[in-house]
Amino acid sequence: MQFMLIMNETEAERNKRNDPAEAGAYWGGWTAFVQAIQQAGIVINGDGLQPPQTATTLRIRDGKRVVQDGPFADTKEQLGGYFVIEVSDLDAALEWAAKSPAASGGSIEIRPIMPPPPQG
Amino acid sequence: MGDARVTPASVSGKDKIVETVVGAARASYGRLVALLAARDGDLAGSEDALSEAFAAALETWPKRGIPTNPDAWLLTTARNRLINAHRHEAVKLRGMDEILRRMDAPSAAQEPIPDQRLALMFVCAHPAIQEDIRTPLMLQTILGLDAAQIASAFLISPTTMGQRLVRAKAKIKAAGIGFKIPDLDALPERLEDVLSAIYAAFGTSFDAVEGSDDRNISLAEEAIFLARLLVSLMPQEPEALGLLALMLYVDARKAARWGPDGDFVPLKDQDATLWERAKIIEAEDLLVRASKLNRLGRFQIEAAIQSIHIQAPITGTTNWAALRSFHELLLTHRPSIGAFVSYAAVLQAMGQGRSALDVLFSLDAGDVSTYQPYWVTLAAAHRACDEGDAAAAAMERAIGLTENPHVRAFLLREREG
Repeated sequence: MQFMLIMNETEAERNKRNDPAEAGAYWGGWTAFVQAIQQAGIVINGDGLQPPQTATTLRIRDGKRVVQDGPFADTKEQLGGYFVIEVSDLDAALEWAAKSPAASGGSIEIRPIMPPPPQG
Repeated sequence: MGDARVTPASVSGKDKIVETVVGAARASYGRLVALLAARDGDLAGSEDALSEAFAAALETWPKRGIPTNPDAWLLTTARNRLINAHRHEAVKLRGMDEILRRMDAPSAAQEPIPDQRLALMFVCAHPAIQEDIRTPLMLQTILGLDAAQIASAFLISPTTMGQRLVRAKAKIKAAGIGFKIPDLDALPERLEDVLSAIYAAFGTSFDAVEGSDDRNISLAEEAIFLARLLVSLMPQEPEALGLLALMLYVDARKAARWGPDGDFVPLKDQDATLWERAKIIEAEDLLVRASKLNRLGRFQIEAAIQSIHIQAPITGTTNWAALRSFHELLLTHRPSIGAFVSYAAVLQAMGQGRSALDVLFSLDAGDVSTYQPYWVTLAAAHRACDEGDAAAAAMERAIGLTENPHVRAFLLREREG
């Protein structure tokens, strides 16, 4: 069964990326996690994302295109990256989510991937 | 619990009543559930009836005062709910009237209700019940923990945990699992299931493996409560004593495991003055009691290993030879992956890195691929043999498999050396 691990980070956690005192441990933890999950042979896909201030959001309202700087919503935690994994069930997905640095520095939403819609 | 009736109206009286109800829930929940369910094996129905009784207590006691014997009141109310729910099954509940009559006698105001919790523990850990739901069942039926609390501790979604608990309770009733202590010939094996289910709530500790993950099960207190209960109900079972001793040894060092900033502190660097002496003394006594019963088992051996670690700061040196013997003994009693990895860690600490690697390489690759203590130990053993690249790769894997952020930070620091 496929799940997306949607990894959210707090701003404090994300700022560690560029903080000389914290960056080593931050990247060390992530690199090790990414390798471990890759070596388990369950990863379908996955990426880390540039910070939310690099985002651009588009909506079409009343036939007009509205383009806005920044993420779609200003929340305490922001999407930092994702994995799509193939595992037996939710329990196995939770096991991997718990090992991710985002578990202590934010939160992880675990969602089953939707099967293709019926052809007709 | 309150033997004096309090004046209903006053605010402090109301607080006291809520406190009494909460106290009764904590102290008597398992006892009352066990007694109700022992009649017909209907755990789910008994729990529902009891929670209705607690709700009724919160409603009624502030108006009419706390009854003389709160447990008897709760039991009567729950019994009446059960009868209302299954009128046709009232016959099965008849035996309880006798118990209630005795409890209601003025002389017996504080007489404890009969204790069926031991039988309930054996029901929860019955071989017919799936292994991974035995501990949650015990936590729910004996301690009254709700599905969401249990689910978080075991890293399972609350919905799934709720469904599994419901299914397990239905199975107990449908399969006709009896509320009784197993016969003597089946007892050792069945008891081991009960002990394992209790230990699973505690979370494992690998003091031999420096930097093994600390998975936050956070139910240590509950596990110790259950083990104490088991010891009080089966005082002649050395393995029950051993399990309680083991958990007390580990729990006694809780305050020393984490530094002021939450940093992970490995055993050898711990400040022994932070260890809880009372728990250690209690554990030593339990272990002595167990050894006098002359039936050695897995939990007594693991407790003995803890006892050696605890003595290190007193004697100033770790008795590695004794540790090694006990780990070898543990392997003959219970050759689990964890036991092999701990044994390898002891060998490595004794300067026998090559032998440690041999033990680690003898394990099945599939069994250890995501087992964090294995990779920590492998890294240490490679490092001891001056195999830097292999050590770095194993360490990387260990860090990637670590759940506890403080242990992860510790391993990252170790790697930088």
